[in-house]
Amino acid sequence: MTEHAENAAAFVANGERLQWHDKAVWFMRNKRDVARAAVPEWEALRALASQIKAHTISRLAGYLEQFEKNALAAGAQVHWARDAEEHNQIVHGLLEKHEVTRLVKSKSMLTEECHLNPYLEARGIEVVDTDLGERIVQFRKEPPSHIVMPAIHLKKEEIGVLFHEKLGTPEGLADPKALTEAARQHLREKFLAAQAGLTGVNFAIASTGGIVVCTNEGNADLGTSLSPLHIACMGVEKLVPGPQELAVFLRLLARSATGQPITTYTSHFHGPRPGTELHIVIVDHGRSKMLAREEYRSSLKCIRCGACMNTCPVYRHSGGHSYGVTVPGPIGSVLAPHIDPKKHASLPFASSLCGSCTDVCPVKIDLHHQLLAWRGELAAKGLVPLGKRVVSRVGGWVLARTWAYRFFGKLTRLFAPLLPSALLGPWGRQRDLPKMPRESFRAQWRKRAGPR
Amino acid sequence: MEVALFVPCYVDQFYPRVGLATAEVLERFGVKVHFPEAQTCCGQPMTNSGFFDDARPLARKMLEVFADFEHVVCPSGSCTSMVRNHFQTLLPGEPRVDSLRARTFELCEFLHDVLKVAPKGRFPHKVGLHNSCHGLRELRLGSGSERLVAPFNKVRALLENLEGIELVQLSRDDDCCGFGGTFAVAEEAVSCAMGRDRIADHQRAGAEIITGADVSCLMHMEGLLRREKKPMRLMHVAEVLAEATA
Repeated sequence: MTEHAENAAAFVANGERLQWHDKAVWFMRNKRDVARAAVPEWEALRALASQIKAHTISRLAGYLEQFEKNALAAGAQVHWARDAEEHNQIVHGLLEKHEVTRLVKSKSMLTEECHLNPYLEARGIEVVDTDLGERIVQFRKEPPSHIVMPAIHLKKEEIGVLFHEKLGTPEGLADPKALTEAARQHLREKFLAAQAGLTGVNFAIASTGGIVVCTNEGNADLGTSLSPLHIACMGVEKLVPGPQELAVFLRLLARSATGQPITTYTSHFHGPRPGTELHIVIVDHGRSKMLAREEYRSSLKCIRCGACMNTCPVYRHSGGHSYGVTVPGPIGSVLAPHIDPKKHASLPFASSLCGSCTDVCPVKIDLHHQLLAWRGELAAKGLVPLGKRVVSRVGGWVLARTWAYRFFGKLTRLFAPLLPSALLGPWGRQRDLPKMPRESFRAQWRKRAGPR
Repeated sequence: MEVALFVPCYVDQFYPRVGLATAEVLERFGVKVHFPEAQTCCGQPMTNSGFFDDARPLARKMLEVFADFEHVVCPSGSCTSMVRNHFQTLLPGEPRVDSLRARTFELCEFLHDVLKVAPKGRFPHKVGLHNSCHGLRELRLGSGSERLVAPFNKVRALLENLEGIELVQLSRDDDCCGFGGTFAVAEEAVSCAMGRDRIADHQRAGAEIITGADVSCLMHMEGLLRREKKPMRLMHVAEVLAEATA
């Protein structure tokens, strides 16, 4: 079995949790449908957003330079990181320079992707994730299972047990409101003690040099308002040309992600507050490689809303952790092989190619076609199991010859029903074969003596 | 009007009754049906697994087999989509591809868009319609639940006309059944879990029969049903229409 298939099988084995997870995630897809229905121009917005992103990534270098110039003029400092390692070094260097030992972070999938937390922790810095879901998975020492809802794989009872252990909440407490309040009190202390705040970036505006951070908990604002150092980390693809383009994405992001008309906090940072520093770290980490490849380029349009995960039946039935990457689901399965095709070779196959992701995507990334393109590339690279390769080659040979096809078809119809289901491989483990007819369609058609 | 039947390989071998029903339905509307016997498979299984080189000879064979027909009709959204949406990437620069793409139709879209017919007949059953993904999202046989467009569904439109039919209300109209070609085997656990969830939705809605425009999805769900000895029946849309209009 491939890596994803193996992880997924373990997830599926717990039938009750599987049902619960599928419903919890589908609930978000449903909320998104309702929110979308309130915007009659939804499809026009999607098309516009897709075009804006296409335009922006086609002139990315120019927009990046424009952004840097304007961000500098606004008083921010800009750093460029080629990859995760450079990104982590830059962030650590800034913290070291400011003698920071206590850092609070708001949700940033980029820093997850770069594995920043362990890097800083190994260097003696306390890192506290302040997004509630992120804090939960941080306590559990596990990665997020979803990019918008990092702890969607956990039930409230499990969080109650965790908080009892970590925060001293009463045993058996599973009321979401009470648990959230406990986390709030705990995080308040961390916010007050922090010497620096790190945030992600949802959008960077080239024409103003401003950055926009969207959260539902206000944790980015608190983290950056209380400390004298704000570090904002962004991938190169986060750019939009100007504020008017930003407006299009703000209408799509929260509706697609959680079915909200807009995130509770949409915070704009144009330069640092007086007496503080704002550092923007711009990271490539494989993105310019993606930009160079036409068939995959459009995946750089992604605004990380997570809608493709919520709609994906495979994600819902296998859980975010089964993907083994920071960004799971359809978009993650398209992105991961760029970083390491061998390691993530199973991901483009972790899809029934149903295409729901493509239709739900607010920036119209042709996700299921990119998954298929990856399959072709991985097969050409020899990164798919040998058994599959042999079956395809032999099958192709047989099917290219009508006589061989008829012969093997007959053989299958005659002998497959005689096999015990144990010999039918993965098909037969839970499924019967069709009742085999004595004669094929073509044989019966001949007997029919032509059209009536 | 003359039509060549494009019968998917697994329908030819395992579900001949669906091929026959397709021919019957077409003939009922005065179409003369041909079956070019040299046909085998469109190459979708290989393409789906990423082995494009193994699929190319099959795509070329399709171009030859169906070169001389005005219309090619197939009782599968997935195989039709293979021709219409993937042959051009498989065989770039091949001049015959565009012609075959334009002439190839899935059965329901052929009845709905080309013949523009509304089958009349009786089918007094509670039926769950499974909207197969490739038909729905690659051929746009329906509007789908994701996009905000005026709702339509060509398969449903054909069935709705039948007297006595009750199309049951599912909780999820177009969630995937988990067949997915080689996915059904490579990701067996997820595939079967998805299939069982779909079946349960139809069961809760009170369907006696699950129908759809793709035999592959039905074969997968039938495999699960038969193993669990559940009484629900699976019928391809062509079979429903053939029986109702007989």
